[in-house]
Formats: sequence, structure tokens, C-alpha cells
Amino acid sequence: MNAPVNYDPTHEAWTMPLDQVDPANPMRFMAGAELPYLARLRRDAPIHYTAENPMFGPYWSICRYNDIMQVELNTEVFSSSWAHGGITVRDRAKELRIPMFIAMDPPQHDDQRKVVQPIVAPFNLQKFEALIRERTAMVLDSLPRGETFDWVQQVSIPLTTMMLASLFDFPFEDRALLSHWSDCATMPVEANGFIKSEEHREQVFGELLGYFTRLWNERVNEPARPDLVSMLAHGEATRNMTPREYLGNLILLIVGGNDTTRNSMSGGVLFMHQNPAEFAKLRANPKLVDSAVSEIIRYQTPLAHMRRTATQDFDLNGHQIKAGDKVVMWYLSANRDAEVIENPDAFIVDRKRPRQHISFGFGIHRCVGNRLAELQLKILWEQLLARFPKVEVVGEPKRVFSSFVRGYASLPVRIPA
Amino acid sequence: MPTITYIEFNGTSHSIEVENGLSVMEGAVNNNVPGIDADCGGSCACATCHVFVDEAWLGKCGTPDTQEKSMLGFAATAQANSRLACQITVSDALDGLVVRMPEAQH
Ligand code: HEM
Repeated sequence: MNAPVNYDPTHEAWTMPLDQVDPANPMRFMAGAELPYLARLRRDAPIHYTAENPMFGPYWSICRYNDIMQVELNTEVFSSSWAHGGITVRDRAKELRIPMFIAMDPPQHDDQRKVVQPIVAPFNLQKFEALIRERTAMVLDSLPRGETFDWVQQVSIPLTTMMLASLFDFPFEDRALLSHWSDCATMPVEANGFIKSEEHREQVFGELLGYFTRLWNERVNEPARPDLVSMLAHGEATRNMTPREYLGNLILLIVGGNDTTRNSMSGGVLFMHQNPAEFAKLRANPKLVDSAVSEIIRYQTPLAHMRRTATQDFDLNGHQIKAGDKVVMWYLSANRDAEVIENPDAFIVDRKRPRQHISFGFGIHRCVGNRLAELQLKILWEQLLARFPKVEVVGEPKRVFSSFVRGYASLPVRIPA
Repeated sequence: MPTITYIEFNGTSHSIEVENGLSVMEGAVNNNVPGIDADCGGSCACATCHVFVDEAWLGKCGTPDTQEKSMLGFAATAQANSRLACQITVSDALDGLVVRMPEAQH
């Protein structure tokens, strides 16, 4: 980072002119300095307008839990549609926009969601459980002792990638492509990663679509079976999708099930390290795993925001939102809203209402995969507790350059010998 | 106070006195009846307080509004007698109400 040595985000956040607060700046997320700006807005301007951001243009920030709930539930005024720019603060150029059901409104959203939703319904989850357990054991047993390694590369990525391969019934030996494509979809060009331009991204999407079109063609003529490709190929509301729509829904399912769970797997290790008393509580009482998992997901908030677009002028608690305005719901802020969540800045594994967090969103777009994500994390922590005295974080995590995906590029750890 | 009977998926039954004006969801959560998660706290925004209402009581529980209907549409095991417990308000007319829980909330 080339920030000045005495750069103090907390001081800046609380003293800068309110109208200049720009919480979507991805640099701050990369520096781990994003929270004070949202805390400032929560206190001083919980519904706030940023007039200009060089990457995203103007946007509203909704920072309190109850206000966000109001926006989530009013899908008529606050549209998710890709045609208006979709669900992230960044707009893609019109010709590059991609339809996918997370970025659709009813009724099309409802119809397409219902096609894929059964894959993560309770009865299907039970079928995955043994498989997840076995793989988690294998990955944890292969880890070095008394040696520094990267938890993201060695644990979070392999586990989430294997899961994705199973959901799609994707050729297992090619599964690294799935996490590659996921990274391609979410990486801002400005991050200086391997996506150098939007043209380059489109080219990678072409490869993704080519691969998955082969799978579609194989499965569309076979009897329907419970994998995501087959379900899309046979589903009433999805079997006549355009290739661009198939691409969009693939990206949604790949990204949805990947980055989010991955970053919760990494975040949990970091939070337990930073809060040894909470880790001790969990170790003493493994029944707390369920609530610890919810707390990890709250504390991480793997998707920092979802965006909506106003379809008409609307008065939101006295603020005049205009048709066409971009409205960003900061889940990351709502998860720290003391009006709803007690002592929200603390990481507490035995909260009274651990499931109340907003990391999965609420309303008709509420995360389809939430129970699967919870199951994966629960098994990870059960198996980790059964094997290791602790996982020590031995260096600073590297955070991702994004104000949408809130996560880690690397997390150096050591398991005591 | 009206008595509401909550029957878990495994058959365990809980008969609870619930104050008028509370929701059927709150009656369960306030008394630690397992099987109702109520993640959103009663905003009709998550479908994790999904219950099956005994046929005899269905008419007395009112009709689900559009929001509840669309959330129920996404509940994994929804049936014709599915409701979200946060949208049913307890009153004397519901004294004796029986609701059953699904296999899991989603
Ligand atoms: C900790 C892990 C996860 C988090 C924090 C998370 C978060 C979210 C959020 C915030 C939304 C959008 C809510 C809204 O727009 O209001 C969402 C939607 C979605 N998620 Fe997740 N997710 C996670 C795991 C997963 C997994 C494992 C899958 C797939 C198997 C998945 C698939 C989806 C899909 C398909 C949608 C679109 C739902 C719709 O528009 O109706 N997610 N998720």
C-alpha cells in the first residue's frame, strides 16, 4: 500500500466532510480499513448519497439493518434487474451485461430460482453431508504441522472447489477451472490481477460457456438428475435460456457458492485467532459450532453489499430517491448495527440470536445456498476441533481489492507440531 | 391465554400458552420450541418459521398476503396448508391451534 505512514482510517472516517464519505472505495477494503466509514454513516447519515465515485458513479448507501430490510422487501421500487445494472455497485457497459436470476425481478426470478433451489434443499443436503465430511477430513489430514502455510490455498479453495464440482457434477480433474472462472468473474480490472480488461474477461467467459455447453448437450438428452447443469437443461423456466442467460446463471452459481464460503472458511480462522477466549469457549463446548458458524458468517459478511436500482421516485425515511438511482444495501454495516445486534463489534460464538445476521440477505433473493454454506463450515470446524489444538495466524492476511466480495487472498497460518 | 400446540417433525409436541397479539412464531421462539428459526425476526423475509397448519384451523388463520406467498413459494417443503408462523397473530379465536414443523427450515 502506498498510503502515508500516519494514515489513520478511523480518524479520517470520523472527521472528513460527510458528503465526501465514499464507502464503496475498494482500496479501503484491501487495506482492511472499510469499517470506520460505515460506522460514521450509521451514526451521522444512515441513508447517504455519494455524489461521485470514479469507478461507480453516484450511489446511495443504506447502512442500517431495518432500512435495508425495507429496501429488500420492496422489489417493485428497488429492482435487482440486470437491465438496470444488476446487484453490485459497479455497472458493466450495457452490451456487456449478463442476465442471471439473482439480477432479475419477479416473476422470472421466482421461476428460475425454483429450478435450481432443490439442489440445496434439506433432503439433498443430507446426501452431501457424508461426502463433505470425508473431503474435509482428507484436506485437514494433509496439512503440515509446525510449518507456515496459506490457509486460503490449502484449505478454503480446495474445499469450496470440490463442493462446486459436486453441485455441477463437473469433471473432477478439471475442477480448478471453476475457482479460476469464479475469480475471473469477480476480479475488478483495477485489481491488477490476471483479468486485464473487460475484453479479456469476456474471452474467459467464452471458455466457461464453451465447456458448460458441452455438459449441457450431454445432459439435455439424458434423464433429469440432481446436478445443476441437468436441472437447468431440464427446468421448464430455464431450458430455453439464451446462451448469454445460461452463462449468467452459471456465473451466479459458481460465484455464489465459491467466494462466499471460501472467505468464511478463512475468516473464521482469523477471528478465532484474534479472539482466543471465544475459541476456548467453542473448544470447551463443541455444541456451540452452529452458533459459531453463524457468527463467523456475520462477522465476515462475505458479500459486503447488494445493490438495487430505483424504478420510480421514492421517499425512503425522508430521503428523496430518484428513479434510476443506485441504492447500495451495506450488509457489512447492518451486521454491525447496535440497534438490532447487541455488542455488534465483538465476535461472540454464543450469541442469543446468532442467525439474525443479514449476510445472506432477506426477501425473495435471500441466499439459496445458505444451509449448504453453513453445513460446510460446521463440518470444517467440527473436524478442525477434533484434530488440532489451534490454528495460529502468523502474519497479516492479504485482503481482496473489492467492495463487493469481502475476503482474503491469503492467510498465513501454522498448526502447532 | 390461548394455547398453541407446536409439533416438531420428530413428533414431539409442545403446548404453550401464548399471549394475544404475539405471533405464532414469537410464541415458539420465546419458549425455546425447537424447529422454528425465525432468522429475520418476523419481517416475512426469510421463510424460516415455516409451519403446517392443521386443516381445521386453516380458515381461522387468515390468508397469506403476496409477500408471504412468494416467500412460501421458496420454502423447500411447502404444501397447501403451509404458513409463515410470524404472519399468524394469536387471538382467543386461535385457542387450541395446532401447527406442525417441516423436516427443516430453509
Ligand atoms: C457464507 C456463504 C454465503 C453468503 C454470505 C451468501 C450470500 C448471498 C447473498 C447476500 C445473496 C443475495 C441476497 C439479495 O440479493 O438480497 C445470495 C444469493 C444467492 N446465493 Fe448465496 N451466499 C453464500 C453461499 C452460497 C452458496 C454455497 C451458494 C450455492 C450453492 C449460493 C448461491 C446463491 C444464489 C444462487 C443466490 C441468488 C438467489 C436469488 O436471487 O434468489 N450462495 N447469497
